[in-house]
Amino acid sequence: MENNTNDTGGMGYLDKTANGRGILAWILSTDHKRIGLLYAIVMFSFFAVAVSIGFTMRLALIEPGHKILSAQTYDALFTIHGVIMIFIFIIPSIPAFLGNFFLPILIGAKDVAFPRLNLLSWYVFVIGAVLAMVSLFTGGGPIDTGWTFYVPYSIQTGTNVTLAAFSVFLIGFSSMLTGINFITTIHRYRAPGMKWFRMPLFAWSLYATGWVQILATPVIAITLLLIIAGRVFGIYLFDPASGGDPLLYQHLFWMYSHPAVYIMILPAMGVVTEIIPTFSKKPIFGYTAIAMSSLAIAFFGSLVWGHHMFTSGMSQTAKWLFSLLTFIVAVPSGVKVFNWVASLYGGSIELEPPLLFTFAFIFLFSIGGFTGLMQGALAVDVQVHDTYFVVGHLHYVMFGGTAFALFAGIHYWFPKMFGKMYNKNVAKLALLVMFIGFNTLYFPMFVLGWEGMPRRSYDYLPQFHTGQLISIIGSWILVPGLIIMFANLIYALFKGPKAPANPWGGVTLEWKIPSPPPRENFREIPVITERPYIFNTGAGNE
Amino acid sequence: MLPDASNIASGVDGVLLFIIVTGIIIIGLVTFFMIFFSIKYNKKRHPEPDSVKDSTVLEIVWTVVPIGIVLVMFYLGWKNYKFTQGAPKDAMIVKVTGRQWSWLFTYANGRNSGILELPVGKPVKLDITSADVIHGFFIPAFRIKQDAVPGVVNSIWFIPDKTGTYEIFCTVYCGIGHAHMLSKAVIVPEADFDSWYNARQQVPAQANAAAERGERLIKQYGCTGCHTVDGSPLVGPTYKGLYNSRITVITNGKERTVRANDAYIKLCILDPGVNEVIGFPPHVMPSFKGRLTGRDIKDIIAYLKTLK
Repeated sequence: MENNTNDTGGMGYLDKTANGRGILAWILSTDHKRIGLLYAIVMFSFFAVAVSIGFTMRLALIEPGHKILSAQTYDALFTIHGVIMIFIFIIPSIPAFLGNFFLPILIGAKDVAFPRLNLLSWYVFVIGAVLAMVSLFTGGGPIDTGWTFYVPYSIQTGTNVTLAAFSVFLIGFSSMLTGINFITTIHRYRAPGMKWFRMPLFAWSLYATGWVQILATPVIAITLLLIIAGRVFGIYLFDPASGGDPLLYQHLFWMYSHPAVYIMILPAMGVVTEIIPTFSKKPIFGYTAIAMSSLAIAFFGSLVWGHHMFTSGMSQTAKWLFSLLTFIVAVPSGVKVFNWVASLYGGSIELEPPLLFTFAFIFLFSIGGFTGLMQGALAVDVQVHDTYFVVGHLHYVMFGGTAFALFAGIHYWFPKMFGKMYNKNVAKLALLVMFIGFNTLYFPMFVLGWEGMPRRSYDYLPQFHTGQLISIIGSWILVPGLIIMFANLIYALFKGPKAPANPWGGVTLEWKIPSPPPRENFREIPVITERPYIFNTGAGNE
Repeated sequence: MLPDASNIASGVDGVLLFIIVTGIIIIGLVTFFMIFFSIKYNKKRHPEPDSVKDSTVLEIVWTVVPIGIVLVMFYLGWKNYKFTQGAPKDAMIVKVTGRQWSWLFTYANGRNSGILELPVGKPVKLDITSADVIHGFFIPAFRIKQDAVPGVVNSIWFIPDKTGTYEIFCTVYCGIGHAHMLSKAVIVPEADFDSWYNARQQVPAQANAAAERGERLIKQYGCTGCHTVDGSPLVGPTYKGLYNSRITVITNGKERTVRANDAYIKLCILDPGVNEVIGFPPHVMPSFKGRLTGRDIKDIIAYLKTLK
């Protein structure tokens, strides 16, 4: 391993002379690191579009009486915002970008198990994303069903649901292929001596996620095909007029889409679990509990989809069972939070940007979790279901949770990926602005929802005006925060000072190779002799 | 603040309060320890990390205690929900039909209404269904919500226990008029309700009778979900000043100008796809063929004439 550390200087996998020039050297590359970055470029481009849409939607609600956007435009915008954010940004975000880049390195492998399949996944993803955009300008125009495609409305509407549903089908396929790839990689390509319980916890979280991707995604694939069959061939499986059942659609949809929430959040938990030991310079507290809680979340998370349907008319038995299971699935998430905080105890803590992002994640995700418990309680769910409360909750979990963890991970691994360092003070400033903006934007939604404001509304009654205004002002703070953060990173990409191989003093495998990592990651595959996160304080440090 | 106007409301609020208080305590502790540890064990003060061993006891404690807490939450949530099912035998039954984009309330004596009029203090059971896509029937002040699903009747019961007027919303996105699919629940003393309930559907006679009946039909069939009577455009053109005005429409792909006379309005109601008014989204309005009689349409036109 000493050889690996001393191998500094080159541009690693980014080196043009060794890896080929031009765009083809990227889009035909089977290097997991390059593919990870390809995902990042597509994801963040779409993220920028969807943030702009979200910002515009907020602005359109600046006063009651819908004077800025027409109803049809607003309905199309919230649908596109949801489809992009859920299917093109959040679901692939951490696994396809950071997972692709770091999973093989963390377990001491030269690449994923199926490098070509990995590249194919990216192509399928891009084709799906492009088709989603094409669907906006063809057929009946932008879809207006919401990202949930509820029947019978999605079969009845004149907008281009067929193509949009097909594009989501393709993106789901890409997600499944990535899951298969990661699971195989973890089973077959761990370095010698890396037993299961010597794996870094990010790898554990990707392993749990992979199973959810493989087992749940086919369900939505079939469901979306059935919608297409309904629209194109008149096979109305979900239409009561033809003897179908609209609730069947909701069951099938959420049978995927609830586990999908765990596809989104599990890798985020994995990322922060990597960050905390590095900045407290001691092993993670409760390694086994955290690893097992990932599996528990993946398992129980697959059994709670019915909590999206408490008001839809399910049987009483289904209601209490789903409610009970929903409460149970909260426990392993709580266990993780307690272990993260306990890991700080007795440490030697450096408040660098990745750790501060992690703190923001823990706080926002905890609020998302508790508002989730409120919806798990049947009596309360009846009041807040399908209102702004849900909008607030899902943004706390998806944005405050997954996206903040993604940002934490990017700030953590940026010097490793590019061999450059960003300005840490600007990163902290960006976090502060985003944190204030985020809470100003989304917290009022809990109050609005409790008081009854329905979601997906292009207009509202005057009593909701104050809450809406505060929330809109929040969006004016949050977006500049995002811009500062990305500008700081992009500047560092080109002009940032050179980063050492191990700027944070981390001990997992990625910190033992040069920055940026060489094409094959390791000159010689390391042999693992102990658990991860063992800091030989004083000794091993340069 | 949100009023608390049914027998269900206080129970729901109690569960919410319990979860909020628990949440504040736990998130408060988590945040406190994050900040406290960051200060106490900051590298400047504490350059060498301590060796801390994993603790099975701690892991068990913070697994078992949260399980206990969430089971209490589950039980409270279930207990305060369960009783809204299985209505008492003497509950008054009102059939609720959601349509794009209005609510229709049908009472046992056949009376139809666009607003939900109810006597205070009496149990009422709502049989909720939909005529087209899925809607969500929601009265925040009563803490009740139930989806209106086509082909299915979902029931919920409650006792409105304060007089007053309360908002009704649609919570399941149902198309372009979703945000304006509003109505009101009007809770009145029993005597007032009885006189409303037993009143003849229409008493007013002579000249204005037709127009008044037309106005009632317009509300009853939810036309005002898309068409205002005050001149502001909504999903469709306003009714104000509509009668006999000149309108630009697209007929068979060609633009032309027509006068909104009796024949035009009748065609629009029965076969709305023929003429699409410029500036409004196409294919939105449903046909009322078979739902409105010739006399109904005449009365509606009589009403439109009054909106100058």
